Amino acid sequence: MIAKLKGNYGSGVEALTYAGQNYMVVDRSLIPEILQVLRNEEQFDYCVDITAAHYPAREKQFDVIWVLYSFARNERIRVKTQILDGATLPSSVPIWRGANWLEREAFDMFGIKFDGHPDMKRILLPDGWKGYPLRKDYGILQQDNEWVQINLGIESGQ
Amino acid sequence: MTDQNTTLSPLDLEAHEKPFLDANELVINMGPQHPATHGVLRVILRLDGEKVLGLECVIGYLHRGVEKIGEHRTYTMFNPYVDRMDYVAAVSNGLGYCETVEKLLHVEAPPRAQHVRVILTELNRIASHQLWLGTHALDIGAITPLFYTFRDREEILKIYEKYCGARLTTHAFRIGGLQYETYTGFEKEVKNFLTFFRPKIDEYEELLTTNRIWVERTKNVGIISAADCIAFGVTGPVLRASGVKWDLRKAQPYANYKNFDFDIPIGENGDTYDRYLVRMAEMRQSVRIIEQAVDALPEGPIMAKVPKVMKPPAGEVYHSIEAPKGELGYFIVSDGSTQPYRVRVRPPSFVNLQALDVMCRGQLVADVIAVIGTLDIVLGEVDR
Repeated sequence: MIAKLKGNYGSGVEALTYAGQNYMVVDRSLIPEILQVLRNEEQFDYCVDITAAHYPAREKQFDVIWVLYSFARNERIRVKTQILDGATLPSSVPIWRGANWLEREAFDMFGIKFDGHPDMKRILLPDGWKGYPLRKDYGILQQDNEWVQINLGIESGQ
Repeated sequence: MTDQNTTLSPLDLEAHEKPFLDANELVINMGPQHPATHGVLRVILRLDGEKVLGLECVIGYLHRGVEKIGEHRTYTMFNPYVDRMDYVAAVSNGLGYCETVEKLLHVEAPPRAQHVRVILTELNRIASHQLWLGTHALDIGAITPLFYTFRDREEILKIYEKYCGARLTTHAFRIGGLQYETYTGFEKEVKNFLTFFRPKIDEYEELLTTNRIWVERTKNVGIISAADCIAFGVTGPVLRASGVKWDLRKAQPYANYKNFDFDIPIGENGDTYDRYLVRMAEMRQSVRIIEQAVDALPEGPIMAKVPKVMKPPAGEVYHSIEAPKGELGYFIVSDGSTQPYRVRVRPPSFVNLQALDVMCRGQLVADVIAVIGTLDIVLGEVDR
């Protein structure tokens, strides 16, 4: 499978293995196509997880990771791509309906927007909250004090 | 997969706030403080009379930022925190976390530790299903099962208490194995529990399986097809009740589940009644697994060689286990320091809850409560 993908997309796809687990590092521009191909041709019909990681020192600050599983092949694969702060990704909701909340959580925690998502809003934090807590520059004790003062009527949540 | 569901847009609440738009449609709010939502879950229901047209879940009331905390604790320090996600299945959470870090460290727990882990985790599956059965039946109006299941669950908690001093958030495992050797008489007490518990499952079933009210309230309620389950990423007993024979303990064995003989119970219709039957059968299978594990409990060390200060080599690992609620996954990125660079928890309850909308459409309001119960969600895990 990897060989076929590499043959079709060349240097945009890099296949790697760590601790016995396969993952691919894919160029941002190829993401919509690769996810479609994995779903429709390679039978990865179960989107396990969509998440991200923040690397503030890099130019492309975010890693976005899709964890996919195929029932037919009993195989797992991770797809990883790097994007700039403020860049968007195409939503996977048309491919896997379960991607809906997972993408909302990635948006809630990292501020990564997914184009074409039916309901791109926060999921765990309140709608009016400012800031994205899982970014590395967001302190562990930091809160949106303005929100806390207005909505909870207390000086600080700490 | 039905196209009808994919094309329906999410609830547009503002449109429904206009008065007299459609006199038959009603938007009502359920929760977050509602006894049948099993925690702080808020559901906004759009109704036509008693019929549910659609619903939206509002979650996050219990959000504690577990993933952020993980980045600021060492690998060892974060271990007790994971117990607080799915607090009725704390042992499973710990197993998933410890195994993931072990993968990062390239170590494996010794056989004795693996066996004890399986015993405690399967006891935990029984305890989790008991709690589910008691509360689910209570929601639907049967009070007795709650007393039965809590009485019997107590015996499992006693074993935990004797083993590690805690009953609920057990922190039973350590990265690399176990901290505590089993106490004297552990095997005997576990076996006594199995002898005690086996007829109790029949007792629960006697109360419910052919009970006319129970059958009426659960059959053909909250049906979800196998295709919808897969599309939504729904796992665990909900997926199996829809007829998909998939269990991570068999599909991608972890711990040492491959050494034990057990079946994967499945349902046919994907309704609330089938999910009930699947979970009842799973308790019986857990009893089988525990029995084999206790009989074959090997001697030997309980900890692998792990450094006191853990610094896993840089790399990233996704590992998942079959928790009582479904696939519980951990994605951990290590940068070679003492603290994880990123911890991501893939909670089964969070993903399964997403299917509530399709399961409830066309049902009655009272059935929403049955469907929330049958999904077996724990809000501590949904919100993390």
